[in-house]
Amino acid sequence: MSHHRVEARNLHFSYPDGQAAIQDISFTILHGEAVGIIGANGAGKSTLLMLLMGILFPDSGEIIVGDTRLTPKTLPMIRERLGMVFQDPDDQLFMTTVRDDVAFGPRNYHLDEQEVASRVREALAQVGILHLRDRAPFKLSGGEKRAAAIATVLSMKPDILIMDEPTSSLDPKSRRMVMELLKSFEHTKIITSHDLDMVLETCQRFLVIKEGSVAADGPAGEILKNPQLLHSCGLEMPLSLQKCPICGDQTKNFKSG
Amino acid sequence: MHMADALISPAVGGTMLAVTAGLAAYSAKKITNEMDEKKIPLMGVMGAFVFASQMINFTIPATGSSGHLGGGLLLAILLGPYAGFLTMTSILLIQALFFADGGLLAYGCNVFNLGFCSCFVSYPFIYRWFTRQGLTSRKILWGATASGIVGLQLGAFSVVAETLASGKTELPFSTFVLLMQPIHLGIGLVEGLVTAAIVTYVWRARPEILEKAAIGGALGDRSIKKFLTGLAIGVVLIGGALSWFASTSPDGLEWSMERTAGTTEIEATDGIHQLFADLQSRTAFMPDYGFKAPAGASSEEAISEETASSWPAVDAGTSAAGLVGGSLTLVLAALIGYLVSLSKKKGSKAAA
Amino acid sequence: MKDSLRDIRLLDDLARRQNPINKLHPLVKLLTTIIYLAVVVSFGRYEISALLPLIFYPVVVFALAELAPGRILRRIAWVMPLVIGIGIFNPVFDHQTVTIMNSTISKGWLSFISLVIKCVLTVAAGILLVATTGMEKLGAAMRIIGVPKIMVLQLLLTYRYILLLGDELARMLRAYSLRAPGHRGIKLAAWGSFAGSLLLRSFDRAQRVYAAMCLRGFKGDYNTGDDAKVGVRDLQFLIGWVAFFLITRSYNLPFLLGSFLTGVIGQ
Ligand SMILES: Nc1ncnc2c1ncn2[C@@H]1O[C@H](COP(=O)(O)OP(=O)(O)OP(=O)(O)O)[C@@H](O)[C@H]1O
Ligand SMILES: [Mg+2]
Repeated sequence: MSHHRVEARNLHFSYPDGQAAIQDISFTILHGEAVGIIGANGAGKSTLLMLLMGILFPDSGEIIVGDTRLTPKTLPMIRERLGMVFQDPDDQLFMTTVRDDVAFGPRNYHLDEQEVASRVREALAQVGILHLRDRAPFKLSGGEKRAAAIATVLSMKPDILIMDEPTSSLDPKSRRMVMELLKSFEHTKIITSHDLDMVLETCQRFLVIKEGSVAADGPAGEILKNPQLLHSCGLEMPLSLQKCPICGDQTKNFKSG
Repeated sequence: MHMADALISPAVGGTMLAVTAGLAAYSAKKITNEMDEKKIPLMGVMGAFVFASQMINFTIPATGSSGHLGGGLLLAILLGPYAGFLTMTSILLIQALFFADGGLLAYGCNVFNLGFCSCFVSYPFIYRWFTRQGLTSRKILWGATASGIVGLQLGAFSVVAETLASGKTELPFSTFVLLMQPIHLGIGLVEGLVTAAIVTYVWRARPEILEKAAIGGALGDRSIKKFLTGLAIGVVLIGGALSWFASTSPDGLEWSMERTAGTTEIEATDGIHQLFADLQSRTAFMPDYGFKAPAGASSEEAISEETASSWPAVDAGTSAAGLVGGSLTLVLAALIGYLVSLSKKKGSKAAA
Repeated sequence: MKDSLRDIRLLDDLARRQNPINKLHPLVKLLTTIIYLAVVVSFGRYEISALLPLIFYPVVVFALAELAPGRILRRIAWVMPLVIGIGIFNPVFDHQTVTIMNSTISKGWLSFISLVIKCVLTVAAGILLVATTGMEKLGAAMRIIGVPKIMVLQLLLTYRYILLLGDELARMLRAYSLRAPGHRGIKLAAWGSFAGSLLLRSFDRAQRVYAAMCLRGFKGDYNTGDDAKVGVRDLQFLIGWVAFFLITRSYNLPFLLGSFLTGVIGQ
């Protein structure tokens, strides 16, 4: 099953204004793995995802998806297999109705209208907003927009799901909904977040980014047990692992997975 | 400054639509040839930006009045003339459709007045001249101000020409011009200043955007310059000539012409008048009939002419008929509208 | 400003409802509208009575599309000043007179009234088109009549971004007015950086949205899915109305009607 593998080799990237956002990042993500990319604001998480999707091209280094190297030529093929949910759902919703937005991807791959319709229904049902299908995206609340944005990606049935801060600015219920959704998605997942509780629940492996480089890479449990590491990377231990100041001293047990 | 549909004739509207379509097709080709694909969303966003910025009124110092941005010049500077022009066509279409700000028929006129004049005349010839040796904020200021003024003067003049050529106003040419140009001097000045303010800001914050636009513009190309100069001069000449004809030919105007300053060459226009009327009856459907006896002989209107001439031109009887019939028509229209919506409300399928 | 945004959204909603007019093929509606506009403005400058039957088109279509007249009237009122401003000079400069039913009227006023009627009709027809069709479908119709892809794409993108930027702008304006109480507009000095920063943000957003589109397989064509063919009903609509327009254009219908009623025709 090597075709769902994502590999980065010695990536370097600087923005046109000289900001070196990614410096020598390498990692391999295997089929079915759920990886949380964590790091402080400005660490380079979003930039890294854009490199993976081929929205930006690295100054040096390479990205390999399955057995294919990512180049402008292989881009369409690779993008068909990766689905990315953006940090800001407004960037992702540009049609006049939720239905059209979710259908946008499948239609671009020229599926027949029946197949498109059934995919749209499926994707919307999966994120629980089937009732919003005829609404205009700009009229949805933040959480509904997020759900719609996720549906736009799900309708394309990607092999690998990439999400940039999927739970930021969501209320607890919507956040829970997104988390359940992520857990139910059994393919390869790459998720960035500051919400360590969420990442902890959805990912087994953590990749910690600090100032454009990998500061740590390993099983969630190990990394979260290292407060110094987290602190130096501008992060805090997840609440679920902290001692609860109100209800006593019991430390919750860590479950992996 | 947007022309409304009611102010133009089909002939003028059609001509300007054709001119606009030609220019747009040319620009689209230019862009597809030399554009990196990233410019497409940029054009969309820039169009929306101009739109949004028109909603921010700014106060003009010392006057207490307020103004807003037209946008053509800004688009040309930030996107290059071709992409800028195309973006302008979108903005104006949306304004026409959603805000009735300039109509569909007048669309060509509006694109020409507001888009062409700034993107293809004042930007390449004035702004680029001021900034030919690199950018400084002073050069941006002067270049944008001068281009803003010139662009709007041209635009205002086109409005005059188009309105008069359509024969919808009795305003004499000279009065109209004297009315429009000074107003647009002020508007142009503001346009220039505001454009300069934004361009300077962008240039300080992200100089690479302006550099890219300048390259994409490719106006160093001599042939285009010549083509555009020729086109511009041609249109201005034709526009001027048309408005001259129009101001001399329609019936009421001889009277006013005698009273205004430039009455000199009225005799010369008689032949032209005839020619123009012939041309009109042959090419367009803009005959004057109704209260007045039909002027030009046109085959399509033969029937109506017969009926019209079988009636005495204007007498109390026929006018009464017109009034009665007219009122009835309106009552009937209201009734039908009411009935249809009534039947819709009842959910009957009569309408469908 | 908020009004304009609300209007756009409203028209957008209207266009998405289901009714016989909205269901018509966009191309048919576009063509009918353009022909209608051309016919309206082609009437002579003193024409009033012959023009009146053309009001049937907007009235009937508005009723069929179940639109509320209030908003449309407001839009018409909004455009009026320009037309009135230019048309008001007609009575000033045109002093010829006609006698109607024993009263003498200046032809200038006739042409002024005619102009105002034309303005009402054309504006109504234009709004009608968007309110029953919507921007995406109009874009599709434009593609069919041969407008280049890049232009239609650009148009649709502009349209989409307007709402986005409008919201962003509204937020910025709110922030500005909180810190500059009592100002009505924005000072020209601050305008540049105010608008400039909005612009730069928009630039970046443009890149991201475009990236999002490409990620979902976008190659330059908006596929709206329902590329329906022009059907019998569409043709009926087009031919029926165009025939009506042309008849109205060739015969002064109210005049005939009035003549018939007042017995002049029997002479
Ligand atoms: N368009 C850009 N031009 C220049 N620099 C940029 C651009 N986008 C991001 N950067 C810089 O690159 C670095 C990494 O940014 P990135 O958006 O990847 O961070 P992030 O980890 O996603 O942060 P956040 O958690 O806030 O989303 C930051 O220092 C940022 O300032
Ligand atoms: Mg980020």
